[in-house]
Amino acid sequence: MQLIKDQQIINNEWQHGDEIGEIPAGKVTVSVVHWQAERDKLIARGNIGLRLAATDSLEDIKNDLGHFEIIAIDFEKFNDGRGFSLARLLRERYGYEGEIRAIGTFIRDQLYYMQRCGFNAFELAEGKDLQQALKAFTAFSVISQPDVHQKTAPAGPWR
Amino acid sequence: MYHYDEYDKQLVQQRADQFRDQVKRRLSGELPEEEFLPLRLRNGLYKQRYAYMLRVAIPYGLLASKQVRMLAHIAREYDKGFAHFTTRQNIQYNWPELEAVPDILDKLASVEMHAIQTSGNCIRNTTTDHLAGVAKDELEDPRPYCEIIRQWSTLHPEFDWLPRKFKIAVSSASDDRAAVHFHDIGLRLVKNAQGETGFQVLVGGGLGRTPVIGKEIKPFLEKRHLLSYLEAVLRIYNLQGRRDNAYKARIKILVNALGAEEFARLVEAEWQLIKDNGLELYEENIERVKAFFAAPAYDTLDDGDSLLNEKLSDNPLFATWYKHNTADHKQPGYRAAYISLKAPTSPAGDATDTQMDAIADLADRYSFGEVQSTHNQNLVLKDVKQAELYELWQALNTLKLATPNIGTLTDMIVCPGGTYCDLANAASIDVGQQINDKFDELDYIYDLGEVSIKISGCMNACGHHHIADIGILGVEKSGKEWYQITLGGSPGLDAAIGKRLGPSVEKARVADVIADIINNYVEQRAGDESFAEVYKRIGIDSFKERVYATH
Repeated sequence: MQLIKDQQIINNEWQHGDEIGEIPAGKVTVSVVHWQAERDKLIARGNIGLRLAATDSLEDIKNDLGHFEIIAIDFEKFNDGRGFSLARLLRERYGYEGEIRAIGTFIRDQLYYMQRCGFNAFELAEGKDLQQALKAFTAFSVISQPDVHQKTAPAGPWR
Repeated sequence: MYHYDEYDKQLVQQRADQFRDQVKRRLSGELPEEEFLPLRLRNGLYKQRYAYMLRVAIPYGLLASKQVRMLAHIAREYDKGFAHFTTRQNIQYNWPELEAVPDILDKLASVEMHAIQTSGNCIRNTTTDHLAGVAKDELEDPRPYCEIIRQWSTLHPEFDWLPRKFKIAVSSASDDRAAVHFHDIGLRLVKNAQGETGFQVLVGGGLGRTPVIGKEIKPFLEKRHLLSYLEAVLRIYNLQGRRDNAYKARIKILVNALGAEEFARLVEAEWQLIKDNGLELYEENIERVKAFFAAPAYDTLDDGDSLLNEKLSDNPLFATWYKHNTADHKQPGYRAAYISLKAPTSPAGDATDTQMDAIADLADRYSFGEVQSTHNQNLVLKDVKQAELYELWQALNTLKLATPNIGTLTDMIVCPGGTYCDLANAASIDVGQQINDKFDELDYIYDLGEVSIKISGCMNACGHHHIADIGILGVEKSGKEWYQITLGGSPGLDAAIGKRLGPSVEKARVADVIADIINNYVEQRAGDESFAEVYKRIGIDSFKERVYATH
């Protein structure tokens, strides 16, 4: 399966979906509950990413962020905007610099907003045309409020 | 008024281009309706009972004459020759074809207009006092702050998928004409003990099926921090607002569940972490936006123009219009003139293409080319010379836009109701018509003084029935239209939610019931007591007895 990362189409190396105690081989994201239950074991294993649900609290894992090469934010529904705030907080408040990946249910028309909130990788639903989806990033060339990339927006009341 | 710069132009045009592509993908079947739905909503496009409905944003209700002409053109070319002004100071078209909407958006963009975020679970059009900039009782013109909020909220990356819609209103006058207590966020410009001007912040007000009066969470917010504070409120709401039930998803439910104090504490904590992160509004930023709203080039005049006085004493019809449909102005020699969209024979808030074209001409001729929409579904020419009011009145009269009923019983707010809206349980426009037919004696209406009637065709309360002296809510009972009456609501600083009078009444009887209520008021009033004053003094029981005893 392929995904979009940093506005390029690349092959996916990560798997999601795990049960405590049974982890597939290779690079895997684990849920917060799993991480908290088997933290030491998972650190020893390596190749672990974190998987956040919309309801997870960043305060619970803020001291562990250095262990994760990626943090996947899982969208149960594409109209659930909590993931947008989570990504932004990871970047702006908790200084997370690794990959933030959108997984689950979301649509290409949201990518522009998502990348402004700090997502840089997108696992779109199976069968979606990734080449077409790349267009989403260039839909707009101006912004009218700061975001994780641009702290002083040129097109805002403070311009 | 505000004029787009290159950034605004690009952004609005690119948004129109993006939507053109989304419509193309929808029509080709590439984009399923389920995914297209929230995208079209964010561009103001609803599916109604019979057709699509396009809601166009009028930021804080302010229009230039060329924009009004474009709205008229769209009504003529893409609709059935009319459009409807809404309680959010916006305008909507009831019959556009999906295929034509991208062209409409291009045309709107050409006159610095758009339909961005006029629906969907995102930050909606910011509204304000329709007399902003000219009201004698305002502390400061609120419109620059509305424009600043418009820019900040436009395509905000974090807050486009909120639990539910989000509405902000700003008011600055001692008489609140923006219903700030009934918005997700209400902002009031106030002075603190040091004499500085800032914002009182209210949250969690709203109508709908759970009407709630907004609560103060910050008595004084420095202007510099306006946007970061809004961002803190929105972030707490986005993360903690309920998403399991659309009827419990508005911020008012969250604020009630946590308590205003706890909600304020959460916002304060969040705000402390972001207030110095790039959203600060410095004096020069505010001044830059304020410059767009500088007073027009008024002539130096005195109040009490002699030509005006002569016409007022010669022509009682003009004098009546003057009394009801014009308002005080801070500039001597000028008045604000209402354009009543409440003619007895047409639905409240509707204007035809011909009327809109003529209004644009009148704005150019008499009011510096600007037109203001009100949340009561009327329009205002804000800057009319007193000496020219008579000419203006004559012109408005010919256009059927001079019904002298502003603030009276027939100046009703009426949602589109079952006539257009898919959500409605009952008709609103018919009931408005019924009331207009019943109360067709102007002198009688004047004798009643200020009394508001607001009609909603369903629980969603678009017609603001909760905050009327007399509210009317359409409900469905075994396939028939029934109407619940509420009394004693108020949108102003004395904010109150109307109380139910009793069992709902059948459609044919609504106007008779209103007449009973009005008759009871007339009999009970002492001197020049208003309807609201009498209601406060005697309570609901006497009205209840009157209505349910006689039927």
